[in-house]
Amino acid sequence: METLLQQIINGLSLGAIYALIALGYTMVYGVLRLINFAHGDVYMLGAFAGYFLANALGLDGHPSVFWAILVTIGAMAICAAIGVVIERFAYKPVRHHPRLTALITAIGVSLLLEYGGQVVFGATPRFFPQMIESRTYALGGVQITNQNLLIIVVAVIVMFGLEYIVHRTRIGKAMRATSYNLSVAKLMGINTDRVIAFTFALGSALAAAGGVLVALAIPRIDPLMGLMTGLKAFVAAVLGGIGSIPGAMVGGVLIGLMETGLSATAYSTYRDAVAFGVLILILIVRPSGIFGSSVVEKV
Amino acid sequence: MSADDALLAIEGLHVFYGGIHALRDVSLTVRRGEVVTLIGANGAGKSTTLRAICGLLSPARGTITFEGDVITGQAAHTLVPRGISMSPEGRGVFANLTVLENLEMGAYLVRDTARIREDLERGFSLFPRLRERAKQNAGTLSGGEQQMLAIARALMSRPKLLLLDEPSLGLAPIVCQTIFSTIDAIKTSGTTVLLVEQNANAALKHSDRAYVIETGAVILEGPASDIAAHPRVKAAYLGE
Ligand SMILES: Nc1ncnc2c1ncn2[C@@H]1O[C@H](COP(=O)(O)OP(=O)(O)OP(=O)(O)O)[C@@H](O)[C@H]1O
Ligand SMILES: [Mg+2]
Repeated sequence: METLLQQIINGLSLGAIYALIALGYTMVYGVLRLINFAHGDVYMLGAFAGYFLANALGLDGHPSVFWAILVTIGAMAICAAIGVVIERFAYKPVRHHPRLTALITAIGVSLLLEYGGQVVFGATPRFFPQMIESRTYALGGVQITNQNLLIIVVAVIVMFGLEYIVHRTRIGKAMRATSYNLSVAKLMGINTDRVIAFTFALGSALAAAGGVLVALAIPRIDPLMGLMTGLKAFVAAVLGGIGSIPGAMVGGVLIGLMETGLSATAYSTYRDAVAFGVLILILIVRPSGIFGSSVVEKV
Repeated sequence: MSADDALLAIEGLHVFYGGIHALRDVSLTVRRGEVVTLIGANGAGKSTTLRAICGLLSPARGTITFEGDVITGQAAHTLVPRGISMSPEGRGVFANLTVLENLEMGAYLVRDTARIREDLERGFSLFPRLRERAKQNAGTLSGGEQQMLAIARALMSRPKLLLLDEPSLGLAPIVCQTIFSTIDAIKTSGTTVLLVEQNANAALKHSDRAYVIETGAVILEGPASDIAAHPRVKAAYLGE
């Protein structure tokens, strides 16, 4: 029972990270019908942005929750800007080309960030500064670290924030209209280019938050760290129903739970295979995912 | 016709889709307060003309003038505040939003909530059915109701020029009647209408003037009653 609870807590915190990243995939897919394969690498850049900010502020060895929050916000802002730049210079020029062109462009951007990252940051992992003192709480027989707790709490706050933006603000309203039908959104007077840029900014900021949070818990960062995590988050988005925001959240948590669940068994070496097994299953059983609609849009 | 009462003037418009030459030298004028109909067979270029006017696609050549300003190639979202609004082919309602939210989306650029409330009221009185369905997702509406919603939504920005692309397509005769009498009401309220229709018979009855377009070029124009009486139109579009 206690191990089960322990696995659930671990799974939730891992799943929260996948969910944060999956949201970016799903939102961009929503407005552009594009799988932004570079998104996992933006998560990596978020961790590096946090690394450089924290070191510049001399936070290593001087833990402070206040500064940790500022570093996270800083990394989110930097990645929001990077996301906008990627959209503007890589995807916008091919927006009216066949979808395959954009997809290949996305793979190109991803490779550029991964290997460009190795050139700039070096291929050897770096040690992420300890911005908060690590503590472990014991609740009954269940161990929970403050990092895991932080990941879950931040992810929940961010998701509520996103829910608010998407459903209660003007730009959120414009995002929903754009993702339903881009050209009709234009007819409403919506500047869809701005909506698309905003969507990239928002998704990239969430990925950056994920990057910093992960680095707090597992303080080894390297330029390829976004590869596997990004792919799993992508599967989470597909599992939830690509284009669906609640779907990305639920999908992320489910993938996290399944992965930690498997890690606890004799088959733990297959933990990375879980996500891809799930992907194959969804594609066979329910390609539209949990929250995805199979409704035909066009009349 | 004097130039100054032209709300919209199109001169020598050419539009391409890749290698397809969809509009070849189209010129037309819409005066303030008129209802003008564009009739033509499938693929003639009617929707393309409307899409070029509202800025969804940019023409290769030619000019579009609205209220005396050249607007050729300007982005669609910048033309809404100028007073151009469109109910697109296939209606384009936001199926995942409620009827009310759809209408509010039509007033996206309007900040004055009192004005939005007033315009909602006007939309509901044009189409009482929409008031009953206000809280319902637009995707659950019938085709006719979706068409009413698309028109009411296009009116929410208080356009000077309303573009309607096949508003009666696929609707039962009784619903068609509702749509056409609404077009009369819209005209009476002072909004100029450019209408695209397959239902040439009804459209010509409710219009002041008409243009006939074939394979991307205007082949006939004139007062709606003359066009309706033209032998070629009678044979090809009125089924007489
Ligand atoms: N997106 C597009 N890509 C390529 N060709 C297009 C596109 N849209 C329209 N066309 C072509 O342009 C021509 C004009 O199309 P348009 O949609 O303007 O016709 P229409 O008069 O509105 O016809 P309908 O009554 O069937 O709606 C057609 O030959 C059509 O095949
Ligand atoms: Mg058409």
